[in-house]
Amino acid sequence: MALLEVSGLEVRFDTPEGVVKAVNGMDFEVGEGETLAIVGESGAGKSQLVMAIMGLLAENGSASGVALFDGEDLMQMKPRELRGIRGRRIAMIFQDPMTSLNPYLTIEKQMIEVAMHHQGLARDEARAHAVEMLRAVRIPDPEERIRQYPHEYSGGMRQRVMIAIGLLCEPELLIADEPSTALDVTVQAQITELVGRLREQTRMSIILITHDLAAVAEVSDRIIVMYAGQMVETGTVDDIFYRPQHPYTRGLLASVPRLDRVSDDELQAIPGNPPNLLELPSGCPFRDRCSEATEGCRQPPPLWQGEGGRASRCVLPMDGGQIVAAEAVGEDGA
Amino acid sequence: MSKPVLRVQDLAVTFTSTTGGLLQRRERQIRAVDGISFELNAGETLGIVGESGCGKSTLARAILGLISPNRGRVQWMGEDLTGLDEEALRQKRKQLQIVFQDPVASLDPRMTAGDIIAEPLWTFYPHMERLQVEERTRGMMKMVGLLPNQINRYPHEFSGGQCQRIGIARALALNPRLLICDEPVSALDVSIQAQIINLLRTLQRKLGLALIFIAHDLSVVRHISNRVLVMYMGQAMEVSAKADLYRRPLHPYSNALMKSVPIPDPELARRVRAESWLTGDMPSPFQRPRGCIFHNRCPYRINRCEADVPALRRMESGDWVACHRAEELDLSI
Repeated sequence: MALLEVSGLEVRFDTPEGVVKAVNGMDFEVGEGETLAIVGESGAGKSQLVMAIMGLLAENGSASGVALFDGEDLMQMKPRELRGIRGRRIAMIFQDPMTSLNPYLTIEKQMIEVAMHHQGLARDEARAHAVEMLRAVRIPDPEERIRQYPHEYSGGMRQRVMIAIGLLCEPELLIADEPSTALDVTVQAQITELVGRLREQTRMSIILITHDLAAVAEVSDRIIVMYAGQMVETGTVDDIFYRPQHPYTRGLLASVPRLDRVSDDELQAIPGNPPNLLELPSGCPFRDRCSEATEGCRQPPPLWQGEGGRASRCVLPMDGGQIVAAEAVGEDGA
Repeated sequence: MSKPVLRVQDLAVTFTSTTGGLLQRRERQIRAVDGISFELNAGETLGIVGESGCGKSTLARAILGLISPNRGRVQWMGEDLTGLDEEALRQKRKQLQIVFQDPVASLDPRMTAGDIIAEPLWTFYPHMERLQVEERTRGMMKMVGLLPNQINRYPHEFSGGQCQRIGIARALALNPRLLICDEPVSALDVSIQAQIINLLRTLQRKLGLALIFIAHDLSVVRHISNRVLVMYMGQAMEVSAKADLYRRPLHPYSNALMKSVPIPDPELARRVRAESWLTGDMPSPFQRPRGCIFHNRCPYRINRCEADVPALRRMESGDWVACHRAEELDLSI
């Protein structure tokens, strides 16, 4: 059984302009010790998807569907029960490490509080444990530095502290939402290396959320590519990078500026902008930006499924895939 | 190429930081930009790359005269900008424009796209006919890939990439000769980054602009730069032609930046980056290392690096590097 099994997840936001269809029917699972990357542009719904699972949607948001964590449905839990799971069994790391840390408290205070509250450790034990975690994320002189305030840390070190706090309770699932997007490439490389080490040395499951496919090439087992609140393609990391099926995935791969190839050509961009989630077109939401769009794309695209959880949602046939369903989202669906 | 339009010589900006209370008041100097020199030709693009805090944005602001430098000169078309008074400098800014990092935050949310783009026109040409301004604004919108009929929309009605197009249209409204782009794509999705980089490339060729493109990522500037200046703690580590830098960087720091760029190829990524070898963080600006400023993070350091400051010197190739070991190290990619 997978550690997390999500099915039929939908997220809606009530706004003065109308209902924003942020997530439109997501099904996926994360196995024990598995690292899943969820990739998509801003507005793809990737963050709202996990916020819904964690019960952290904004007030005007509502979610439906099932999210079984270790067999229990997170969507049905009371806020109090969810609080017991968040932080202890599922930890979350957000994009901006500065706003996630309390600037008025030392790192020591913030870490010890978590360890004492969630694990019921005594102060001394909690402190020793916190120092050990800082060492694990390679903060130099953790004994000394734990006494400092967040502003005395660099951006990269703050994000490593956030990861250390996330790891304090040895969660079964770590969710990292764009953990290195606001950081320098050099620091991104350090965070990637850290995630890679966690993945190898622990049994923890990890969900990585990012807009940059390149950033997760090294450290994911499986990838879900999202567009307009839907999965458009999923497969193993090798499937996605070496055998991409969906034109959107291919576009994302082509738009990455890369140093491992000699090329001075223009970068391949995906033209246009993500769709307005207030008025999703019927049919394929990517069709206006797709170089391979045809008349058929005005209809909801079929869902192709292959072996090992491989899937693609497009009129183009998927290698070794079978059509399982044509689903409608947008005007006439959902 | 023609002769340089911009010549920056030994430019330095120092900030003073005050800490402590009344009795223990302490003033410390931060050398944000520490003796940068380069030249830029018309129609040329210089990429400036370095980690946050290396002084690249301060350098941009000092070139535009938004911050006054403590030392050095900025010559624009042969004229020293550092000696000009407010008004003369203001007039010069018609020719020198900037695009900022955060496309949404840098636009006034209460102004329409049209007003934002037209504002520099009203400021510098207050007697311009309304119709003429509108025509120019629509023309600018078209040029940067926006629909002229979106002229009355507000920034929140545009996506991040479109907001950056508005910022570019505004910067180009006065027909500048130099455009400085300060991390123009780092807040954007990868798919949209490529759009903006391609747009800037096209505009630069079409308008013959001199362009300075600032980024923290070497992969981003590659597709747009002729030369690249690699900065670290306020100093130039390397200034190289693009073809040279990406084939064989001269400075270990350039090499480190290059190795940090994620590779969108799982097998290659695992092989190449078994570990990221740029360890540690940038030192505190108050504790600048002696000798080579990069030596404490450099895997190639020798005793000499801890004692002597390497000068930025010209190699046979015409590239510039500040490393004692540039000749002997082979950092080929």
